[in-house]
Order: sequence, then structure tokens, then C-alpha cells
Amino acid sequence: MQSEKVITAHELTKRFGDFVAVNKITFDVEKGEIFGFLGANGAGKTTAMRMLCGLLLPTSGQATVAGFDVYKQNEQIKKNIGYMSQKFSLYEDLTVSENIRFYGGIYGLSDAHIKEKSALLVKQLHLDGQEKTLVRALPLGWKQKLAFSIAIVHDPAIVFLDEPTGGVDPVTRREFWGLIYEASARGITIFVTTHYMDEAEYCNRVSIMVDGRIDALDTPANLMKDYSAASMDEVFLQLARKAVRSGD
Amino acid sequence: MRMLKFLLQKELKQIFRDPAIIIILFIMPTIQLLILPAAADYEIKNINLGVVDHDHSEYSRKMVEKITSSGYFRLRDYSPSFKQGLKAIETDKTDLILEIPANFERDLVKDNESTLFVAVDAINGVKAGLGGAYLQQIIGDYNNEIRTQWIQNPRMSPQPSIDVTSSDWYNPNMNYKAFMVPGILVLLVTMIGSSFASNNIVREKEMGTIEQINVSPIKKYQFILGKLIPFWILALSVLTIGFIIARVVYGIVPVGSYFTVYAFASIYLVAVLGLGLLLSTYAQTQQQSMLVSFFVTMIFNLMSGLYTPIESMPGWAQWIARFNPVTYFIQVMRMVVLKGSSLGDIRVHIFIILGFALFFNTWAILNYRKRTG
Amino acid sequence: MKQFLIFVKKEWLHIWRDRRTLFILIWMPVVQIILYGFALTNEVKNSNIAIFDQSRDVASLAISDEIAASRYFNLVKNVYSYKDIGATFRQGKIRMAIVFPQNFRNDLLHTNSAQIQLIADASDPNTANTLTNYAQSIINDYQQSLNQNQQLPYTIKAQVRMLYNPELKGAYSFVPGVMALVLMLVCTMMTSIAIVREKEMGTMEVILVSPLKPFRIIIAKAVPYLFVSLVNIITILLLSVYVLGVPIVGSLWLLMAESTLFTITSLSLGILISNGAKTQQSAMFTSMMSLFLPTLLFSGFLFPIENMPMPLQVISNVVPSKWFYIIIKDIMIKGLGFGAVWEETLILVGMTAILLGISIYKFKIRLA
Repeated sequence: MQSEKVITAHELTKRFGDFVAVNKITFDVEKGEIFGFLGANGAGKTTAMRMLCGLLLPTSGQATVAGFDVYKQNEQIKKNIGYMSQKFSLYEDLTVSENIRFYGGIYGLSDAHIKEKSALLVKQLHLDGQEKTLVRALPLGWKQKLAFSIAIVHDPAIVFLDEPTGGVDPVTRREFWGLIYEASARGITIFVTTHYMDEAEYCNRVSIMVDGRIDALDTPANLMKDYSAASMDEVFLQLARKAVRSGD
Repeated sequence: MRMLKFLLQKELKQIFRDPAIIIILFIMPTIQLLILPAAADYEIKNINLGVVDHDHSEYSRKMVEKITSSGYFRLRDYSPSFKQGLKAIETDKTDLILEIPANFERDLVKDNESTLFVAVDAINGVKAGLGGAYLQQIIGDYNNEIRTQWIQNPRMSPQPSIDVTSSDWYNPNMNYKAFMVPGILVLLVTMIGSSFASNNIVREKEMGTIEQINVSPIKKYQFILGKLIPFWILALSVLTIGFIIARVVYGIVPVGSYFTVYAFASIYLVAVLGLGLLLSTYAQTQQQSMLVSFFVTMIFNLMSGLYTPIESMPGWAQWIARFNPVTYFIQVMRMVVLKGSSLGDIRVHIFIILGFALFFNTWAILNYRKRTG
Repeated sequence: MKQFLIFVKKEWLHIWRDRRTLFILIWMPVVQIILYGFALTNEVKNSNIAIFDQSRDVASLAISDEIAASRYFNLVKNVYSYKDIGATFRQGKIRMAIVFPQNFRNDLLHTNSAQIQLIADASDPNTANTLTNYAQSIINDYQQSLNQNQQLPYTIKAQVRMLYNPELKGAYSFVPGVMALVLMLVCTMMTSIAIVREKEMGTMEVILVSPLKPFRIIIAKAVPYLFVSLVNIITILLLSVYVLGVPIVGSLWLLMAESTLFTITSLSLGILISNGAKTQQSAMFTSMMSLFLPTLLFSGFLFPIENMPMPLQVISNVVPSKWFYIIIKDIMIKGLGFGAVWEETLILVGMTAILLGISIYKFKIRLA
């Protein structure tokens, strides 16, 4: 039985005037996968992701997310995805439980369901006693984990994570990825962009973007073999050396 | 609708958690309403007079006395020469100088006429005009007094005289506060409606939280309503507080009904909030949005007829005033509070403000996109 | 010093790159001067009135014509009853109604006295007053014209000369006022927002650990706005002279110097506000709410300060723009020199020193 494809992209392109940010990328993501979208800063990762999330209109090419067309069924897509941006996007001036309640409600969870999920999340993240703490007061690592949990509070088909582990210590990063694995095990597909190459090894498959194109797409193991590299870092360096664009 | 409930809950919590906002929304308007009306008074009174009397006769003195006892003028300077009297004008000590020539009394008797000289600081044109007019009026009265005094027999045939009576309707005590307070209230409410709401949205843009909204299934209209409704309620609350202060502190009670005002205010706020929303779609940072709001607010403020009458403005400026929603609310406020105008009387105003509301909100909604592209 | 300049340059780049904001900062004063210079005036002109003429004879019609022809009045309606007058007032259509009784001319000629009633909408007391005065003087003139052949003995004549502003243009008193308003607001508000922005974005800490003394950094933030303000001042002065026809009678250099001083005072106020504000939002609203209306009211160009109750007159002394308005008026329109404004200048200098002093003090406390 063929795996269901939750994301498909065919020659997806985004142009800003003369500048081609995303250049005819083609790839699929299967259900339950942890798909790593790698690349240097400025390579086009975030732009590509924003097109898939319905935040940016593509210039050309096709794409579907959760079976819905990116051009015409934008709003349907949004009901079925979760999103965590680089800035975490939790409301700093609301408490932990208020944030959970808000996003739960936005995504259509019933009051009872929200209550249930709330208790579950708090326990899972060891935030017992902190329900009424303003998010502003939480340490960075907790904020991240909370943001992720809230992003999947409605059990979406896919969750998009844009550089979710920036600026956090290795222990917290490991814990974060623990949460990701758990979500994956539950059937949620994970689409994560990052420029940390070691995180690449946590993914089922990765793609590497250079100058707006996808220059490599395979499992980490295969890539390391193909490029005779000892780590994903090396794979990336080899590819990135060809890059014309520098970071932002 | 459930979405809206969640949105509203979030908004209201956020608004009330910021102590600065409470102060700004409720305390500052209160302070402003207490201080401003006392300050805003155009009446020309207490004009500072300087006198240069070269005559020092009984009649010149009597004339000066008559002028100072009129209540319009305060004698602030008495100089021996015009040059010195002028210094008083330069230092803002006096507003005008009356120079009485030497031999004033003698010339009047001998030559049948005598000329006084008046120099007026005309920087404030209206004050100068009225000051000059009052002075001339008093001098004219004094002139008539002298005539009847010196002429024993009324050798002149009686002149036809027109007796002008004036009555003041709607504000018999000429209470300037009653005129200003409703206007100031309008301004405060407008500021909250347009600037505050507008900035709030741009804040989310700047903080990045708006992305989370854009990526969710929240519909455009739900998000917009979620932002507008709390501020709509807040603005009406401030209006209410304002009315309470007006009643308790100034004794201003509307001749018309509160309902009429609130009905108009409700629609007006939709228009003004719509404008704020529109501005927010164009601003990328809070700094920009604040600056633009401020710019727009100031123009609306000054071109609304609150401080200076619209009829006095040149044609093109009157057109600007016509496109200013604040103008209409100020008119309505004054009409209802002071004259007792009813809903029927203000129907044209309602119609116009509905137009504004539709225009701003439609444009804003069309402009606001969850997806850029 | 070099480090300081580097910071100033960085701050300048921030402003320069935000084209939209810069655009508004430069053009806002232009639009406002033109708008207010031409549009705002205390004069009462073209007021809508109605006439209720119960006589419709030669005299009443003559007077009506005179009134309608005057630039102060705009005859919109002839009404036919007192009830009508009330309704028209309530609809906001007129500011005054003039009533002629029946047999007006007959009474005037045969009994030597007749009445005219002026009914003013006193919801705006000032305009009501002024309109009543104007109408009265037109009626008086008519009365005089009936008495042409009488030469009255013992006439006191008064020759009136209007100083500084012979045409009684509204712009003369408004331009200096708007200048004060715009400068104060741009400087104070923009500076305070710029500083608080660093706080809110979290980059303030980064700056504080840089080698430059922290307070100098704050000053570096204010400096670019000083330049923007200078551009504004020059623009406003050019507009005043060439577009509004308000001349600069006194020394231009003194004017520029004083304006610069006032700008610095405003910037200092902005710095003080930024000290207390935690978010850009509260910085802006504090500036707006606590500055706009007081500056408008207490600088003296819109409402005469002498009219205000004592406590408010005292408060007005604390508002920097009050002193600046006096200085500008004296130099620009009265053509006086430094000798006339040294006291006000000293006050502004004092205010600046106090504002900066408090800011430095509070800043040091926070860091300690």
C-alpha cells in the first residue's frame, strides 16, 4: 500500500520582482514522516514554507497540502495544519492556560476537549502550577515546548515548524525533539526547517535548499553515503560551497 | 460565532492587563475633561490697556475712567510718552495704547472736534478687531454723554433710532463650557477609536503574533470584529464617563436625549474604527502607525470646527472639513446637547456618517489579507 | 566622541531607511502649516442666518440687503414664524435669526423708534456675541445714513492703527503657534518612541553593554531628530514667508537659534517620557494625551491665557511651548531682539536642564 502523500510540490516558484527566492522546487512528504527542510539562511526555506502554509501566494508551480490545493483551497489547508514560527507567536501577556484555551478554541475544539487537552499539556510539559503564569515569564525553552504543543493542540495532519530550536541549550533541544517524535508517532507529519545540520539526522528524510533550488533530497544516511561525508554538516558544506547567495 | 467569543476574550484580557492602558483610557480623559474646558475660552475680556495722556484734563481722565470701568479693559500701563507705551505692547504687557493728545479738552470745545490715537497689537486679529470696536463704542458713548451735557437745548430734531434687542437661545448664560465639553468629548473618543485600535493591530504585526492568526482558520471578518468590538465598547465607556463628568462637574445635561447621541456615536465609532483599521493595513511598525494616526488625528481635530468655525475657512478648507467625520459628530453633539435636536433633525448627519463607516471599513477589509502575494 | 558619532550615524540610518516615517516627518509640518495658516481663524465669516421679516417694507428690505451682502453673513433662508426659527436652529442650519416686526418703517418714521430682534444661537457663545455685534453695527450704519444731514457738534474721533498685522490676518497668530505644536510633538513623541522601541524589542541590553556611556546612547538617539526638526523649522519658515505672507521682521539667526533651543527642550521631554514608558504604545499615548491638548491650549495661540482661571494660568507656565510662542511672536512678528526675549530664553534653558537632569538621574538609578 502506497503511503499517503500529505504534501506535494511540483516546480513551486516564488519571485519577488527579479529575485527568484524559490526556484521550481519539486518534492513530496509522506504521512507520518519527519521531513527536514534544510538550507543556509537566505536559501529560501522560510519562503517555501510560507507558501505551503497559505501565508504567501506562489508565483507559479503547483502544491497541495493535506490534499488541498494551495491556490484555491487555502482556507481548508489552514484547518488541517499547525504552525510554529521563528518568533514562537504565543501571546506573552496571556497565561499558559489562556494561550491553550485561545488556540484550542480557534481550532474548533469543544470546551470539554479544551479542558482535557489543557490538563494533558500542562502535565506533559511539567508546567504544573504554572497555568496562571504569563508566558512572558517563562524561560525560553519552556516557551518553545509550549508553542509546539499548542501548535498541535487540534491534532492536525501536518505541523510546520520554522526554525523552532533557535537559541536554546542542547538539553532543551533534545527534549523538544522528544516531543516531535511523540507527535510523529501519533501520526502527525512534521515539516521542519532548520539550519542546524545535526538536527537533520533526526529526520526521516531531508531536502537541502541552495539558492532557492532543492539540490539534494534523501534520507540522511543515503546523503552521507552519496557525498562520502561523515556527518550532515559535511554534506551541507559540500553543497553550500556552490552557493551564490550569502545569508541575510 | 464561537471564534469571535475566543477572540474577544483574548483581546479584552490583553487590554486590561496593561496598566498603562487603563490609565490612558480612563484617567487621562478625565483629567483632560476637567482641565480643558476651563482653559478653552475665546471670549474677549480683560483686554490690557495702556494709556498715554498728554492732556491730564478732567475730561481725559473721565474718559479713561469710563473705559476702565466698562469691564472689557484693564489699565495696565500709564506712560508719559508713546514710545514708552509702545514698549508695554512689545513686552505683551498691554494689548493696545490710547494716546490722548495735549489740549484734548480745549480742542474739543474750541474746534468742535478732537482726535485720539489708538495703536493695537494686531497679532491676534480677532482680539484686535473686537478690542478696537469696544473702545470705539465706549468713546462714542462718552461722546454722546458730553454732548448732552454741554448742549443745553436740544436744538437738533429727534433722530429716528432703531432699538436692537438681542436674545440668546439655547445657552442663555453664554456658558462656553457647555459648548466645549461635548466637543472635547468627541475628540477623546475619536482618539481611542482610531489611534488605539489601529496601533493594537500593528503591534501584533510587529510582534509576529499576527502570523499565527493568518495561518489559522480564523476568517478575516472574525479577526477584524475581534479587534474592533473591544475598542468600540471602550470608546463608548469613555463617552459615558465623559457624560457623567459633564453632568456632575459642569452641570451639563443634554436638552435632547442621550439615546440620540449614543445612536449616532455607535455608528460614528464604526466609521472611526474603520479608519484606524485601514491605517493599520498600511503600517509595518508601531512607530509608523502612531505617527500616521497622530497626523490624521491632528488634522481631524483642528479642521473639525471645534476650535474655529468652519464657515470662516476658505472654500477648499471647508471641503476638507466636509470629509472629516469628526466635524459631523461635533455638530451632532452640540445640536443634541444644547439645542435638543432629535434623531430626525440629525438624519442627514447619520446618513453621512454611515457613508463614512461603509467606505472605511470596506476599503480596510479589502486591504487586509491573510495571505500576501 | 568618535563612538558617539558612530551611534548617531546608526540612529540616523534607522530613520533614513524608514522612508515612510521620514516622509511623514518632513511633510507633516508642511501640510499643517498650510492647512492651519489658511484655514484656521478666529474670525467669524459667512455665518448662516435667517430673516423673519414681518413687515417687508423699504426699510426692512434695505437692512436685509445690507446684512446679506456683508461678508460676515450668509442668508440661507427666509422664515415665516418663530416655530420655524426654532426648527431651523435645531437642524443646525443657522447661527442667527433676525426679526423685523410688522410696520417697521412706519414706526421708524412716525414714532422715531422701531425694534429689530436678533436671535442668536448661543450654543457657541462667542460666535453669537460676535454676530450680534456685527449685525448691530450694520444696523447702526443704516441708522446713521438716515441722519446724514445732521452734523453733530463736539465729535471725538479716534484714529486706529493696527500694529504688526495691519490686515488682521489669522495666520500671524497661528503660524508661531503651529510651529511650536509641530516641533514639540515631532521631537518629543518620535524620540520617546525611538528609545522605547529598543526597550520593547529587547535590544536595549545589547546597547547598554556597549562601550559607550549609556546616557550618551540615549542622546545619540535624539540627535537625528534634531536634524529632522531643523529641516522642519526651515520648511515652516519658508512657507510662512512665501506662502502665507507672514514676514520675518526680526533676526533670522536669532529665530533659528531659539527654535533649536526649543527643539532641544522637546527632545529632552521625549527622553524623560521614554524613561517611564515600557511599551511604545504607552510612550505614544502618554505623548499624545499629555502633550497635544495641553500644548494646544496652554501655548496661548488658540485661547488667550489671560482668560483662564488662575490655577490654569499657573500650569501654563510649565508648558515649554508657551514660552516659545512668546519668543517666536516677539522675534518674527514684532521684530524685537534678544533683549526682549532673554527671560523666556532663560526659562527654556532651565527647563531643558531640569528635564535632562531628571532623566539622567532616573537612568542611573535603573542601572545601579
